[in-house]
Amino acid sequence: MGSPLVGILAIQGDFEAHGRALERLGARTRRVLRDSEIAELDALVLPGGESTTISKGIERLSLWEPLREFAASGRPLLGTCAGAILLSRRAESPGTEHDPVPTLGVLDAVAARNAYGTQVDSFKSRVDPGAAAGLEGFECTFIRAPVLTELGPEVEVLARVEGRPVLVRQQNVWASCFHPELGLDGRVQRLWLGL
Amino acid sequence: MSEKKTGAQAFEIKVGLAEQMKGGVIMDVTTPEQAKIAEDSGAAAVMALERVPSDIRKDGGVARMCSIAVIEGIQKCVSIPVMAKVRIGHFAEASVLDALGVDFIDESEVLTPADEAHHVDKHGFRSPFVCGARNLGEALRRIAEGAAMIRTKGEAGSGNIVEAVRHLRQVNGDIRALSALRSEELATRAKELGAPVELVRHVAEHGKLPVPNFAAGGIATPADAALCMSLGAEAVFVGSGIFKSEDPEKRARAVVHATTHWQEPEEVLAASRDLGDAMPGLELDQLADHERFAERGW
Repeated sequence: MGSPLVGILAIQGDFEAHGRALERLGARTRRVLRDSEIAELDALVLPGGESTTISKGIERLSLWEPLREFAASGRPLLGTCAGAILLSRRAESPGTEHDPVPTLGVLDAVAARNAYGTQVDSFKSRVDPGAAAGLEGFECTFIRAPVLTELGPEVEVLARVEGRPVLVRQQNVWASCFHPELGLDGRVQRLWLGL
Repeated sequence: MSEKKTGAQAFEIKVGLAEQMKGGVIMDVTTPEQAKIAEDSGAAAVMALERVPSDIRKDGGVARMCSIAVIEGIQKCVSIPVMAKVRIGHFAEASVLDALGVDFIDESEVLTPADEAHHVDKHGFRSPFVCGARNLGEALRRIAEGAAMIRTKGEAGSGNIVEAVRHLRQVNGDIRALSALRSEELATRAKELGAPVELVRHVAEHGKLPVPNFAAGGIATPADAALCMSLGAEAVFVGSGIFKSEDPEKRARAVVHATTHWQEPEEVLAASRDLGDAMPGLELDQLADHERFAERGW
């Protein structure tokens, strides 16, 4: 394909940062909110933000099924941070009284929300040695990040930090616990879109 | 999960959280129950405080940082980020909130200032800071001190959007005007703005602040939120506007809806139906100078 049209779900979150990062790579981007807009896309991003807030927007806009259909269509789908939580089969908030967040269930993994703590525990770290080709030394920014656990057999780990999977894929569905859209290193999106 | 981290947090990580709040609504709450209502209504974060601004106005007296018990109660019951306010210049209150692990600290003119000459030096903290600004110079002074998010001051607790509109137009107009200047003129402009020339050059080059720019102070209706978004705000804070209205839950949902769909009039219309009464508003001409929160700070 020439320059792919990448949609960014714009209910709430860092959709602007995703747009900037993708445009630097030569992709065309569009903020999407509707079923009809999603159908036309070559690829779709579920951005970072607040998973509770975004899930309520998905509910209000009746986007659960259209998003599941997009995942099933085989087109590239990327969720970062809150987006990764929404892709998972289940989201948990261990040790808290927080309400559960509904998820799409298109990635066979469990997401532990805010697993590292609050914003004061946010951090940057390079990926562990042994990351997928092209991602060596990638510096990841984790912001109130989730941890992915109980990965199913079809889930491939592309990068780890401190031994934990932080970038995974299940066929066309990619999930990142960190924020590849922040900063100038576009390697994750390049690999994801096959650019 | 990891060991407790200490020392100043990297600026990009602070701004990174502010980026995550874009397109969202940050709601003032005074109890865990209100925080739950805010979260259930789709708030992107809550601001913990003891009294909402309209009550601070009404009751008078010194307004301080929220009690720890209230903040902890709120942290326990919601998973969205929890912010809290400190008095301008009160770096010891800020240290307390930092130690408590709040997600964002608002050095706020709504509380009674602790220092009439100095704002907090915000670089040394782990928590990011948001500060109010009325114009580009003020915004850049706060960013130079380490603020990771700017919001308009507006006029909190007034239910009157006029000041937030004034400040949004002023900040964004100041930014647009920079693009017409030559390099040597930017240095002179920096002097006039009272802002570091490096930051002025950054804004001239990028056409925007180096941190997210949100609206606050006087937002009471879904259309108020849509107005602020149309004028270039990247998210909105709603203070008294939610929990001083007749039906807070309904209004909270409506403001969230209008903030996501600000470009679609029919959605803002849908959000504006059957909301009950908004909070009572204040005509700002009737406020004495000392009653204007926006005049606090420099």
